[in-house]
Amino acid sequence: MNRSDFKEGLRGGAIIALSSAPFGVLFGAVAIDNGLSFLETLLMSATVYAGASQLVGIELFGQNVEPWLVVLSVFAVNFRHILYSAAIAKYIRHYTPLQKALAFFLLVDPQFADSIRRGESGQGVSFSWYFGFGAVIYVCWSISTMIGAWFGKMIGNPASIGIDILLPVYFLGMVLAFRSRWGFFPVVIASAIGSVAAYHFVGSPWHVSLGAAAGILVATVLPLDTSSTRELPQESEG
Amino acid sequence: MGETLDTGTVLLILAAAVATYLTRIGGYVLITRMKAIPQRMEAALNAVPAAVLTTLVAPAFFNGGWDVKIALLVALAVAMRHPGLIMLGAGWAAVMVCRHLFGL
Repeated sequence: MNRSDFKEGLRGGAIIALSSAPFGVLFGAVAIDNGLSFLETLLMSATVYAGASQLVGIELFGQNVEPWLVVLSVFAVNFRHILYSAAIAKYIRHYTPLQKALAFFLLVDPQFADSIRRGESGQGVSFSWYFGFGAVIYVCWSISTMIGAWFGKMIGNPASIGIDILLPVYFLGMVLAFRSRWGFFPVVIASAIGSVAAYHFVGSPWHVSLGAAAGILVATVLPLDTSSTRELPQESEG
Repeated sequence: MGETLDTGTVLLILAAAVATYLTRIGGYVLITRMKAIPQRMEAALNAVPAAVLTTLVAPAFFNGGWDVKIALLVALAVAMRHPGLIMLGAGWAAVMVCRHLFGL
């Protein structure tokens, strides 16, 4: 371990950790509200460690959706990570297998973004830096989840203090985060129509998969993106 | 609600954790075998997050009361300039005003 790299990682990660803490608290409170116990809530943050998908999973769990569909939805929301691990491949090639295994576990959105930035700037993505950066976010995520779960238990009626609105607003924000992406509006409109229609004509759990399928189907038949600006670098190596 | 662990719930959480880990390791495994991702497949993959997340917002908007509709519209307007926590706070404030001041 390189101490100065590790410390630099801690410092960079601390900023991310603090700004993601409110979402950890939110997850903890919502998880309790949706019927998870304190330990189950902490277990989910500690093992899944992917904020958005945890909120999606807990929302579906609360609606008594089939377990396999909950897992599939978590998988779907996290699908972008496949592109992340492909894109950072060339920067972490020198890690030992164990270091790689741990690095992939910690590969959340800001971890990816900062690793790419660091790699492209030529500083190198040392394991000491990567681990310091990831560890502080991971620990803070678990602690903020516990705080949220603890307060969540004391909340009587979530609607009276507006807890129930936080998830739809949070998801709306996540949808909007993709709005500069090519094909955004056709995909979102198709998913919106598909999910609302499926909700009315088929029933609750299925509106997620059917609505998502509608959006994805539209994306595959749209004319292909010819612009050179891509969300992620495509080629990992020469 | 107590300090309990339900076996089914724990298995569900661990399955979700494994599914998540597969997405985080999958790209590395694929990129070392694949020369290029077909463009149509890439377009479909790129659409996945927005498509999935939309299905969690749209029904909430259409099935929700006026309080929820107004809060989501306020959040949408705020998000154009201030994403993240400010947007979350604005949506929350809007729903609280609707419920406690206007009784919606």
